[in-house]
Amino acid sequence: VAELEVNGELHEVGAARETPLLYVLRNDLGLTGTKLGCALEQCGACTVLLDGEPRMSCRLPLAEATGRRVLTVEGLGTREAPHPLQRAFLEENAAQCGYCIAGILVRAKALLDRNPDPSDREVRVALRDNLCRCGAHNRVVRAVLRAARKETTP
Amino acid sequence: VSEAPPAGLPRSLEQNPRLDDWIRIDAADTVTVRTGKVELGQGVLTALAMIAAEELDVALARIKVEVADSAGRPNEMMTVGSMSIELSGAALRLAAAHARALLLQAASAHLKAAVEELSVEDGRVSAPGGSSVDYWQLHGGKRWDCAVSASARPKRPEEHRLVGRRGQRLDLLDKLLGASRFVADLSVPGMLHARVVRPALPRARLVACEAERASALSGVVAVVRDGSFLAVVAEREEQASHAAQVLREDARFERDAPLAGSEGLHARLASNLVGSYPLVAGVPTEQPVPPIDPPPAAQRTLRATYTRPYLMHGSIGPSAALALFEHDELHVWSSSQGVALLAPVIARVLALPAEAVRVSYVESAGCYGHNGSDDAALDAALCARQLPGRPVLLKWTRGDEHAGEPYGPAMRVDAQASLDAEGRVVDWNHDVYSTSHMGRALPFGRSCALIAAQQLATPFPAPRPRPALMPQAGIHRNADPLYAFPRARIVKHLSAEAPLRTSSLRSLGAFTNVFAIESMIDELAAASDQDPVAFRLLHLRDARARAVIEAAVGLLADGDGNGAGRPPADPQRPRGRGMAFARYENYKCYAAVCVELEVDLASHAIHLLRAAIAADAGQVIDLDGLENQLEGGFVQAASWTLKEQVTYDERGVTSLDWASYPILTFDEVPPVQTVILDRPGEPARGAGEATTGPTPAAIANALFAATGIRLRDLPFTPARVRAALYAAP
Repeated sequence: VAELEVNGELHEVGAARETPLLYVLRNDLGLTGTKLGCALEQCGACTVLLDGEPRMSCRLPLAEATGRRVLTVEGLGTREAPHPLQRAFLEENAAQCGYCIAGILVRAKALLDRNPDPSDREVRVALRDNLCRCGAHNRVVRAVLRAARKETTP
Repeated sequence: VSEAPPAGLPRSLEQNPRLDDWIRIDAADTVTVRTGKVELGQGVLTALAMIAAEELDVALARIKVEVADSAGRPNEMMTVGSMSIELSGAALRLAAAHARALLLQAASAHLKAAVEELSVEDGRVSAPGGSSVDYWQLHGGKRWDCAVSASARPKRPEEHRLVGRRGQRLDLLDKLLGASRFVADLSVPGMLHARVVRPALPRARLVACEAERASALSGVVAVVRDGSFLAVVAEREEQASHAAQVLREDARFERDAPLAGSEGLHARLASNLVGSYPLVAGVPTEQPVPPIDPPPAAQRTLRATYTRPYLMHGSIGPSAALALFEHDELHVWSSSQGVALLAPVIARVLALPAEAVRVSYVESAGCYGHNGSDDAALDAALCARQLPGRPVLLKWTRGDEHAGEPYGPAMRVDAQASLDAEGRVVDWNHDVYSTSHMGRALPFGRSCALIAAQQLATPFPAPRPRPALMPQAGIHRNADPLYAFPRARIVKHLSAEAPLRTSSLRSLGAFTNVFAIESMIDELAAASDQDPVAFRLLHLRDARARAVIEAAVGLLADGDGNGAGRPPADPQRPRGRGMAFARYENYKCYAAVCVELEVDLASHAIHLLRAAIAADAGQVIDLDGLENQLEGGFVQAASWTLKEQVTYDERGVTSLDWASYPILTFDEVPPVQTVILDRPGEPARGAGEATTGPTPAAIANALFAATGIRLRDLPFTPARVRAALYAAP
C-alpha cells in the first residue's frame, strides 16, 4: 500500500507500484478531471503538477509520485470559490469540448506561479505541449493573461 | 396519439410534434428542454437553452437541457451538418413560444386579467394590479398533452433580450472544475475495463492467436474473440491495457491481398471510378459527362489539380463506450453523433430485437464528424455480451484511434477556367474525385460499416460505395461556386480506390472544393494582373457575400494600421496576405478568411502571423459561441493545411501517434480577429463548418503573395515549400 498526497490530502492506494499515476487518480481516487488522451506523453491531457512542476501522468509510475505533492484540476478551486484561472476561463468561454482543459489549467498554474506576468508569447510557448483539437487556443491564451492580470493588479 | 403534422412546421417538429417532447416545466424553479441533438463541444446546449429562455422569458440559468437518447424523444437522428440551430433551434423556438402562450392563458385565468395585460419576468407572470403567479405554480411537473401549434408566434428579433448576445457556456464550469463526466470517465459498481486488439492494417484477418499468456495475467476476466474481433477485459484499466499488449504480441493478422501504398493515390482516385455525375442546378445526375469546351471568347485558359490527403478527425480523447448486457437487454453509453441510428445497427449486428438495445449519449472529446465513437460502441457491446450483468468500459488506444477511425477521404480536384479579353471568367470546369464521405453504419441492408461487424466470424460485408445524389452531399459539397460565371461545368466523380475506410469529416467535400475554387480564382486574378479581392467582387452579385469579403479584408488591414508600424520585411522571411471566401453549402453561413503569414527561407516553414474572419450566419443566437466555432474551424483547417496527412504503406497505417501525425500547437496558432455581420431578419444558420473551406485557400494565396510559389497539394509542409521554391522555372 502506497501513500499518495493529492490536492493536499493523503490517500492509501493499493495499486501496483508501476501503475501509471493517471489510472490511480482516475480509477482509485475517482479524480477523473485529469484525462486520458494518448498514454504516450504526447498530448498533455493528463498533465498534473508534481511538487509544483507540470508532469504528464499517463506513464508516470505511482512509485515516482509517492512522497511528493500531486495537484490535479480538482485541487485548483471549488464551485463556490473557483481558482482565478478557472474564473478567467469561464469569463472568456475558453474551451469548446473541454477535454484538454484540465491539463492546460494546471500547466497554466505552474506558469503563473513561476512567471506571474507572462507575455502572450510566453503563454503560447508554455502551453505548446498541450494539444487542443477544437481550436480554442486564442481564448485559452486570453484567459491565462486575464488571470495573470487579476493576480498582479490589486 | 397520432395527428397529422400541421403544414409549415420545422422538420424536427413534423417528426416530433408533441410539446412534451421538447419542453417540461419542472416541479420547481427549472425548465427542462429536450433536444434530439447532442453537445459535441460546439456549444449547442447553450445556444438551444438561449432560444428557449428567450421565448419563455426565464433566466438562462433555469434551463436544463436533456440530449439525445435512443429511448427518448425528440428523435432528430444525428448531430451533423451544422444543422442543430436550423432544425432543433427552429423547433424549440416554436415549442417554447407555444408553451409560453399556454402559460399566459393559464395565468390569465388565475390572475383574472387579459393575456395582453400580462408581463413575464423570469417565469413570473404579473398582472397590472401587482398580483402575480409563476410558471411552476401554474404548470410545475404537469404534462402539456398537445401538439406544438404552427400558429404559435415567436418573438420578433427586436423583442429579443438574450438571443444575439454573448452566451455563457452552461457546461463550462463543470469542465473547468474537472467535474464533468465524459464517456471515458464513467464509473459504475462492478465495472470492468476493456481494450481491443486490432492491427493498423485495414481489413486484416486474425490468422493466429495464442490467448493463454494474456488470459493468465492478473486481473484478466475474459479474452473475447469472434472471427477477427479480439478484445480483452480485466478488473483494472492498467491490467486490460497490459493484457492487450501481450495479446497483440501473440496474435497475427494478415490481409488476403496487399494494401495499395499511398504512392500514386491521387492518380488512382481519378482512374478507378464507380461513376461520374455532372451537376445540374447543383444536383448530381446520371447524365453523360459533358466535354470541357471553352467558348470562342476564351483568351486565356488555366488548368490545375488540387489535392488533399486522408485526414484524421483526431479527437484528443480516444473513442470509448460503456456497455451493459443484462436480462437480454443491452444498454450502451456512447458519444455517437447519432444514438438513434446506432442503436438499431448494434441490435442488427448482435442479432437482438431492436427494442432490446438502447444507446444513451454521453459527451466525449470533440469529434468533428464521424470518428471512432460508433465503432467503439459496438466493440464495447461485443465484450459486454460475453459478460452478462457486468458493465464494461472499453477504450481505444491512441494507436487504435489513429489507425482505425474513419478518415476524411483523400480528394482531388481538376480545375480549368478561361478568361475573356476583359479579364472576366467565361468558362469554369471543376471535376472532383473522392471516395465516399458517407461512411456511417445504417440499420438496414446486408452490409455494415463498423469495423467489428466486418471482423466477426460471420462477417457483415463493407458497404459498396454508392453516390449520394442529393444537393450539397459529401463529395460535391460546395463544388458549385457562388460566383456568377456564364458557364460552370461541375462533375462529381465517386472513386472506387479505397485503401482506407472513410466517412464524414467536418465540412466534408467543401474543404477541398473551396480550396480548389478559391485557389483557382487567385490564379486567374494573378494571370490577368488583377487584384484578387476586386476580381472576386467583379464576379459576385450576392450582397451578403460581398459584405463579408470586404469586412474580412478591412479587418486584417485595420489590425496593423494597414501595414503602418510593421517591421520592415526581412528578405529571409517574406510576408504575404491572402483571402478566400465561401458560403457553406451555398445557403448557410457566409465566411471570408484572411491570413497574413511569413515563410522562413532557412527552414522553409510557413508561420501564420494573424488571421481575420468575417461571417454572416443570418440571425445570431449566441454571439460568443458563433465566434468560437468560426475561429476553431479556422485553426483546425489551418492545421490540416500546414501539417496533417495520414501516412500508410503496404503494411498498414504508419501515422499512429501525435509525433507521426502532428497538429498545430499553441505556439503555432496565430491571433484571430472575427467580425460577425448580424442579420436578425434572416434565418439562423449553423457556422461550425463555414471557415474550414476558405482557410486552405487563404493560406495558399498568402503564400503566393509572399513568395510567388503556388502550392496545390496539401499539406504545405516545409519539404513542399522547399521543392516549389527551388523547382526549375
